[in-house]
Amino acid sequence: MATLQADYATPETERTPVVKLYLAIGLIVFAALMLVGVLMRAAQGASLSSIGPALFYQLMTLHGAGMVGTAGLAALAVNWYFLSRYVRLNPRVFLGALILSLVAVAMIVGAIMIGKFAAGWTFLYPLPANPLGQWGTGAALFFVAGLLVLGVAFLLVYLDMGLAIVRRYGSIARALGLPMLFGLERVDSAHPPTVVASAMVLIVNVAGIAAGAVVLVMTMLHLVFPALAPDALLMKNLIYFFGHVFINATIYSAVIAVYEILPLYARRPWKVSRPFLAAWLAVTLMVLAVYPHHLLMDFALPAWMAVMGQILSYTSGIPVLVVTAFGGLMLIYRSGIRWDAASSLLVLGLFGWAVGIVPAVIDGMISVNLVMHNTQWVPGHFHFYLLIGVVPMVLGFASYLGSNGEQGQTGRLGVGVFAVGAVLLCLTFLVSGANSVPRRFAVHEEAWQWLGNLGALSGGLVLIGTLMIALPILMRLPRARLSAV
Amino acid sequence: MQTAVLLITLLGMALVAAAFYVVVARSGPRDDDYSGITQQGYLIRRWWFLFLCGFGVLVSAWSLIPFPLQAGGVGAPRAIDVTGRMWSWDIASSSAQVGESVRFRVTSADVNHGFALYGPDDQIVAQTQAMPGYVNEVDVTFEQPGQYRVLCLEYCGLAHHAMAAEITVSEGS
Repeated sequence: MATLQADYATPETERTPVVKLYLAIGLIVFAALMLVGVLMRAAQGASLSSIGPALFYQLMTLHGAGMVGTAGLAALAVNWYFLSRYVRLNPRVFLGALILSLVAVAMIVGAIMIGKFAAGWTFLYPLPANPLGQWGTGAALFFVAGLLVLGVAFLLVYLDMGLAIVRRYGSIARALGLPMLFGLERVDSAHPPTVVASAMVLIVNVAGIAAGAVVLVMTMLHLVFPALAPDALLMKNLIYFFGHVFINATIYSAVIAVYEILPLYARRPWKVSRPFLAAWLAVTLMVLAVYPHHLLMDFALPAWMAVMGQILSYTSGIPVLVVTAFGGLMLIYRSGIRWDAASSLLVLGLFGWAVGIVPAVIDGMISVNLVMHNTQWVPGHFHFYLLIGVVPMVLGFASYLGSNGEQGQTGRLGVGVFAVGAVLLCLTFLVSGANSVPRRFAVHEEAWQWLGNLGALSGGLVLIGTLMIALPILMRLPRARLSAV
Repeated sequence: MQTAVLLITLLGMALVAAAFYVVVARSGPRDDDYSGITQQGYLIRRWWFLFLCGFGVLVSAWSLIPFPLQAGGVGAPRAIDVTGRMWSWDIASSSAQVGESVRFRVTSADVNHGFALYGPDDQIVAQTQAMPGYVNEVDVTFEQPGQYRVLCLEYCGLAHHAMAAEITVSEGS
């Protein structure tokens, strides 16, 4: 396949090396944190009684912060790599962000494993400052500061992306396609979906990380000066706005791999159109406004916020189901597509994202949330998005770029093992939620333990499948010429 | 309710899975007339979009009118104050009668907790957040006799899983 060497694009030699680093680190950390997840489910199944509550909650914090951060960085790599085809990005900024992220990881892991910090990745105020002896103020400060450093790393890359987009397209709004959507310019079907998605991610995640920075700084101030005690509901709003936006931006970044690679397999174009642009504008607005669906059990909030949370929770799924998932299926239909590890993973990713909408939307209903909130239904639905959505998209991207998707029988088998394990794992979470099994419990009652054991077994399959796909990629990656796309 | 929610969810997910299966199964042989496929696809997509919008309006109206949350659905219930603290519940009264309506007024003395009321069948009946500086009210009408349990559903540290209390609901005299 011919590669693009336009003068507005990032030179080919500069595009690949840092992306390789992001991918290699991402795949290794994904596998390691999957193992942590398996250990947690085994502990809940009482198969691993050596993990006491203190270690369990440390591992829970590590798994949450680690997976969110790693998924964010891996999806950022997808976004950066493909956006660099259309605008000139600075690889040194991208490398600098990776180094900064590694510093952040060291701070976060140190705070958890040495300082025993275990307030969960959402560091829900005022828990970090109220450990009752479980961890010290220093550990909490290190964790919170680590997240802040990670946020700075993301913002640096977004600044570079934003400047590059504005240099080529004139404004972020033009990159998002607003003039075409509103009839001010004719629809240019050659306008890359990647640029539209990147503009959306920039808008929402800069806002999300900014809110995150505010709440992180407020948490640090409270840790140092306990008398400075912000309002708990305000802090909760900021935390969930940040968390929701960040993880959504991760998904919308990762799906760029589908937009770019699937058309090559199907030998059909994925073009922008007015419905496509309308969907991305709608998603931009809804991702910013939907977060109150995390706060449906906070009755102190105004009722209109709960109603907005429920309605936007539903409408947020429509662009995914109507535009991206439908568009992907239309692309595949009667295309004679070659099914290999990469194409299978990308379609699996699209499926995980689309199917995860169902339990998410249902839990976003106020009357359902009343009995499902903070049960294992919640990790059930977000594992569909992340484990069967984002992870296969990143693995598919790595497989295509690292080995052109040709991973032979082992690769295809790995995808099968991964898919079976991941679906089973998510279903055990949903069944647990329907049985009112709480999330984030170190010790489970006997009646719930079989679900924990089944979850651990399923997680083991996920890990084996991931290793079957990722290890050959990792071995080829140093020599791979990532110039196919 | 939870079983119905699970079944509806599985049905919805099965429909999405079926759509993917059908398309993947028909991914070959290649049809080079992609514009013909897109023309047909856009028509289906338009109806799919309209269906999702219409379905959303109906479900939203059905589930939001009357407003399903918070206190106020029951006339003059007995108020019970609840305070969560690491890692125990302080409940002003731990007994009630079948058919009795109770308004739990829930707060926290330290960090965020989750007040979740489990029925005798170990299924969640109702819940709300216990927050420092706020009082959340939730109304519950006890429909079954037996031991109800209160568990914490918002992670609150080392003994979060052990933060439990009981409420006894007896048959009315």
